[in-house]
Amino acid sequence: MLEIKNLHARIEEDGTEIIRGLSLSVKQGEVAAIMGPNGSGKSTLSYILAGRDDYEVTEGEILFNGENILEMDPAERAATGVFLAFQYPVEIPGVPTMTFLKTAMNAQRKARGEEELPTPDFIRLVKEAAGQLKIDMNMLKRPLNVGFSGGEKKRAEILQMALLNPQLCVLDETDSGLDIDALKIVSEGVNALRAENRGFLVITHYQRLLEHIVPDKVHVLYKGQIIKSGDKSLALELEANGYNDIITQAA
Amino acid sequence: MTVVPMIKHTAAEETLFGIESQNDDVLGSLKASGLPRRCIESWHYTDLRTLLKAVPATTIDPEVGDVAMFTGCNLLEAGDAPAAASDFSDDDAIGKLNASFATKGVELSILGDASGSPFLIPAMVSNGTTHTRNAVEAGNGAQGTVIEHHAAVEGFSTTVTNLSVGDDADITYVISQQTDRASTHLGQINVSIGENAKLTIFILNAGGQLIRQEVNVTVAGEGADFQLRGVNLIGDDQHIDVTMDLHHSVPNTESEEILRNVVVGKGHGIFQGKIRVVQIAQKTDAKMACNTLLLSDDGNFSTKPELEIFADDVLCGHGATFADIEPSYMFYLMSRGIPEREARALLIKGFVDEIVEDINNEALESAMVDVIDSWLDANG
Repeated sequence: MLEIKNLHARIEEDGTEIIRGLSLSVKQGEVAAIMGPNGSGKSTLSYILAGRDDYEVTEGEILFNGENILEMDPAERAATGVFLAFQYPVEIPGVPTMTFLKTAMNAQRKARGEEELPTPDFIRLVKEAAGQLKIDMNMLKRPLNVGFSGGEKKRAEILQMALLNPQLCVLDETDSGLDIDALKIVSEGVNALRAENRGFLVITHYQRLLEHIVPDKVHVLYKGQIIKSGDKSLALELEANGYNDIITQAA
Repeated sequence: MTVVPMIKHTAAEETLFGIESQNDDVLGSLKASGLPRRCIESWHYTDLRTLLKAVPATTIDPEVGDVAMFTGCNLLEAGDAPAAASDFSDDDAIGKLNASFATKGVELSILGDASGSPFLIPAMVSNGTTHTRNAVEAGNGAQGTVIEHHAAVEGFSTTVTNLSVGDDADITYVISQQTDRASTHLGQINVSIGENAKLTIFILNAGGQLIRQEVNVTVAGEGADFQLRGVNLIGDDQHIDVTMDLHHSVPNTESEEILRNVVVGKGHGIFQGKIRVVQIAQKTDAKMACNTLLLSDDGNFSTKPELEIFADDVLCGHGATFADIEPSYMFYLMSRGIPEREARALLIKGFVDEIVEDINNEALESAMVDVIDSWLDANG
């Protein structure tokens, strides 16, 4: 479903190369974890997938269901089914969360040639999804992410993911800033969305998240390349021995 | 007595000063000085003499404008204009023009709890010159909302409203200016607020070619609270000026102004905010903020805070921000599938809608939001 081939990318502003020949594939129904030390390019990869224009792709391609998404703007990518759960969700004053959710859901439906969602159906969908994530509906009347706690922000990201029904979910350090209880709620929310026709790319520093969201594959990212891939036991190995062994082997 | 003009009048001035006057002395002093120019401090950013290119020669009786957007309001009828002030400061061109020409206006007295449905001073629509003067008196303890609507078409209009807010009253006054893009409107509201009373003025400028709204306020009673909220939507080639002169003349009073401006194309906006705190007005708490979304390289917004503080135990603050749309907000919204144009509109709307919520009247808020939405559809 997702095929990244020999991707090279740099920061547009200063030309620093971050991604240096990265190749990776995620199959339908697969949960792939990406682990790596600080500064290896994990978050950059997630931003490039979502289409943030601070990065410039100099080589390679990203195929999503066979289609090169690099030419698409972020909204078009979202409409084809790519979703990024942000490490740091952005606080947007003045835009009520419910208004935002409705606008986003209807925009994606419109892009796919579907009818707008009638308001009662929209509210019912939000209530159901919010209930599963233990999100208070009052929180959704507030401006988007404004004044939300760390845990509330992450849960709101998963809520959006559930409502927008993407095919590829990219989770950028969704575990950061979460206490144990919040981590459980968020992980359960993610696990509930696991499906045969949906792929996950779970970016994390720690094995901890992967105890809750058990991956099918684990990839180690270092200096902008995948230096090792394996099954979930690779994550345990990293947890026990750190990154050094693998970095030395790859060098 | 004949007044010999000291300056050569512009074409617009000639037409204007040729209109039959209600007060030859006042008009005479205007004729002598001419319309304000940039060398007059309070008119520095709105050089009326240069900006006012033409004044319609016709004085057609205006008709009451469309009131459909204000369903559920008490429609007020205009009668003979209430009495004008008798003396004017030198730079009070709006006061003088209005005193010279206004013949019609609304007189309203609000007593007790009248907060059920807002009072509507409807737009007087004509494509000629229209001058109205209103007097609104809110009695002690009165509660209510008044909306003053402007919707001229290719017109030149002035409106002066004198509003007195009695002790313990709680009043909201909305000025909704939606004249067409060929109109000039000069408005002035003069306010006095009594003890423990609260007044919120909400100004929406969403139209006009050349607009100035003056807000002159005396916070005259202890414990009084004045709130100003303004949304200025400034389109291509529009000139929109909000000028406030606020006096804190007694101790223990509060005031806060928040203006949100959106500038597109070659729009030009101005906010002048003068706050005066006299020496006895200790414990004054005054805050002023002017935030502008400048969405074009050709547009501009001028903001001038002026604080004259003679008391030594007060809190007075002011701030101004200018920004384009925040790229990280855009990326976040677009990453959820919201197309660029829609994402921009959502952010602009969020920026100004925050202010509308302070009207505290759902029907009026939604009427104002509708005006904002249609402006965004056309200009966003």
